[in-house]
Amino acid sequence: MTALTRIDTRFEKLKAEGRAALVTFVTAGDPDFDTAMEIVNGLPGAGADIIELGMPFTDPMADGPAIQAASLRALNVGHNMHKTLDMVRAFRKNDDETPIVLMGYYNPVFIYGNDKFLADAKEAGVDGLIIVDLPPEEDSELCIPAMKAGLNFIRLATPTTDDKRLPKVLTNTSGFLYYVSVLGVTGTKAPVASTVGDAVKRIKRHTKDMGDIPVCVGFGVRTSEQAHDIAKNADGVVAGSVLVDAITDNLDENGKPGPNTATAVHNVVKQLAAGIKAAAQKN
Amino acid sequence: MSNDTPSNGKPNSGTPNSLRNGPDDTGRFGTFGGMFVAETLMPLIKDLTAEYERAKVDPAYLEMMDDFLKHYVGRPSPLYYAERLTKHLGGAKIYFKRDELNHTGAHKINNVLGQILLALRMGKKRIIAETGAGQHGVATATVCARFGLKCIVFMGAVDVERQKPNVFRMKLLGAEIVPVTSGTSTLKDAMNEALRDWVSNVDDTFYCIGTAAGPHPYPEMVRDFQCVIGREAKEQMLEREGRLPDSLIAAIGGGSNAIGLFHPFLDDPSVEMFGVEAAGRGLDTAEHAASMTGGAPGVLHGNRTYLLMDEDGQINDAHSISAGLDYPGVGPEHAWLKDNGRVNYISATDDEALEAFQLCCKLEGIIPALEPSHALAQVMKLAPTFDKDHLMIMNMCGRGDKDIFTVADHLGVTI
Ligand SMILES: Cc1ncc(COP(=O)(O)O)c(C=O)c1O
Repeated sequence: MTALTRIDTRFEKLKAEGRAALVTFVTAGDPDFDTAMEIVNGLPGAGADIIELGMPFTDPMADGPAIQAASLRALNVGHNMHKTLDMVRAFRKNDDETPIVLMGYYNPVFIYGNDKFLADAKEAGVDGLIIVDLPPEEDSELCIPAMKAGLNFIRLATPTTDDKRLPKVLTNTSGFLYYVSVLGVTGTKAPVASTVGDAVKRIKRHTKDMGDIPVCVGFGVRTSEQAHDIAKNADGVVAGSVLVDAITDNLDENGKPGPNTATAVHNVVKQLAAGIKAAAQKN
Repeated sequence: MSNDTPSNGKPNSGTPNSLRNGPDDTGRFGTFGGMFVAETLMPLIKDLTAEYERAKVDPAYLEMMDDFLKHYVGRPSPLYYAERLTKHLGGAKIYFKRDELNHTGAHKINNVLGQILLALRMGKKRIIAETGAGQHGVATATVCARFGLKCIVFMGAVDVERQKPNVFRMKLLGAEIVPVTSGTSTLKDAMNEALRDWVSNVDDTFYCIGTAAGPHPYPEMVRDFQCVIGREAKEQMLEREGRLPDSLIAAIGGGSNAIGLFHPFLDDPSVEMFGVEAAGRGLDTAEHAASMTGGAPGVLHGNRTYLLMDEDGQINDAHSISAGLDYPGVGPEHAWLKDNGRVNYISATDDEALEAFQLCCKLEGIIPALEPSHALAQVMKLAPTFDKDHLMIMNMCGRGDKDIFTVADHLGVTI
């Protein structure tokens, strides 16, 4: 067992509070470095418990139009992996508690160099990784080395991950399990709270014997009500496209951010956080 | 060819050191290949693998395949002695494997037929495919029409514009065309979009990939379906000349026609092989599609292979005059055959391919597709360096009717 990460500590704290986590996703470098930094720095204050930072990639095959566009915006202003890690370092100067998870696709990591990436990410203050195109079948690539380097490797489970396959998915998962609530890409379909509730219960039957790892639910969560309903069953709610849409909606005609871009994102986060808090009070 | 008939499912030659045993159980050819896909797709890919393992040893499936290859596709395709080209070049004796004579005009249908028959076995009624030049799209639309299946073809918006005749063909055949505007609006983005569709429609949908790339089991499966090219060529050459060819040469986009020709000969050490990538405006420019001769190993579209990318691992756009070679990756088995040295990977530029295209029209009365024109361009360079008793087979994997507008444009002719 590796030492506790900020993710583990954060979930322990929330458990004591009896509340689900709000996990927020934005793409690093979107719409530019400084605005992205302003957005990320304000996330904890707006109510985010865990920050997922997208590593931009040209070919994000599990993402819908909003996050695809965010990736390209970042890349078009010269963002890269070094700058993503710089963002984490800058964030850590003022916040040593909020967990940061880097999320993305394998190729940019592989090209950076797996060992160097793990060392640099750890040093920068990253706590966990979500690599969409690394299923358990490819664990020897990055998952096992990441665990050795003291980083959580957070796995996705989906509606197609049946009871037979779940143990395989859970085996090397740490930090939390990310349940993808819909069949589809990010930001296109809305989850149905009742089916999500059943799915979480199904997963919990397996996690019970595997250290009771927290289960967070995401893909398609947009409103405070949805966050509220999911938070009743899950240990965390992940929201991404709705934050990215707030960025998109607050760019000028040249695609440049304005004085309200970061605030707009923070307002979305505040609403989602309120939904989750309300769910906790009722429990 | 008894040693090509799968007994344990693997088309191997029975020797432990065979180069034809790949991939292993993890879908690897050496370090290349694999299953780098999102969790949603993993169970689907495993189902597909299991069904393919069953199908390829099922006599009913194999018989149906043979029957359609013969009566619908028109196989076997001839092995043709290109006498005037041989005399013109003054070296090796050049044969064309005439897969351009297949129904729909290219080798693509060999693979499509195998996959659609598999989809039927799996009860999948909705077929999705990506296409660049439109040849794989046309082949898929064709076979779907034949079996009454719904067909949706993802095509980069840029390609929809430059391949209008094929877009119309697909529509006539009843397919729905989805122009893809994400990313760079070309073949790689069409593949991303097909994968996104598959993630969203897991129950009824079969993804028919057009080349020997993508996650395991596609590279193996597509190769097996295309190996009919090499098996026939071997038999035909033995019949015609009483011996094996000395060299094989084929164009490489994703690598399916090339692996189909090469694979049955991999364990014949006397047979030299050349895979020809598209060098576009030159390997020293940013505008080419030569992922092996001008790229590096990375991970995209479900497999580790050679890719065109920048130092941050971002995928670069490919360029080639031939839309069918315009892909920034290559099938993983080729990546492995490059690294172990069994196959020589070389390239030809847009201009060289155009020159070869015209020469073939004039000398042989065959209008080749721009893809095999790249292989022809290297035939023009290599043939003169060999003796007259050197037997060379070039894979004429597609006919050029689809390309006449592009060629006219480059020659400054308005039609
Ligand atoms: C005639 C022809 N040849 C070759 C190719 C390249 O594909 P592959 O390398 O898989 O044979 C294409 C692709 O569209 C094609 O249409």
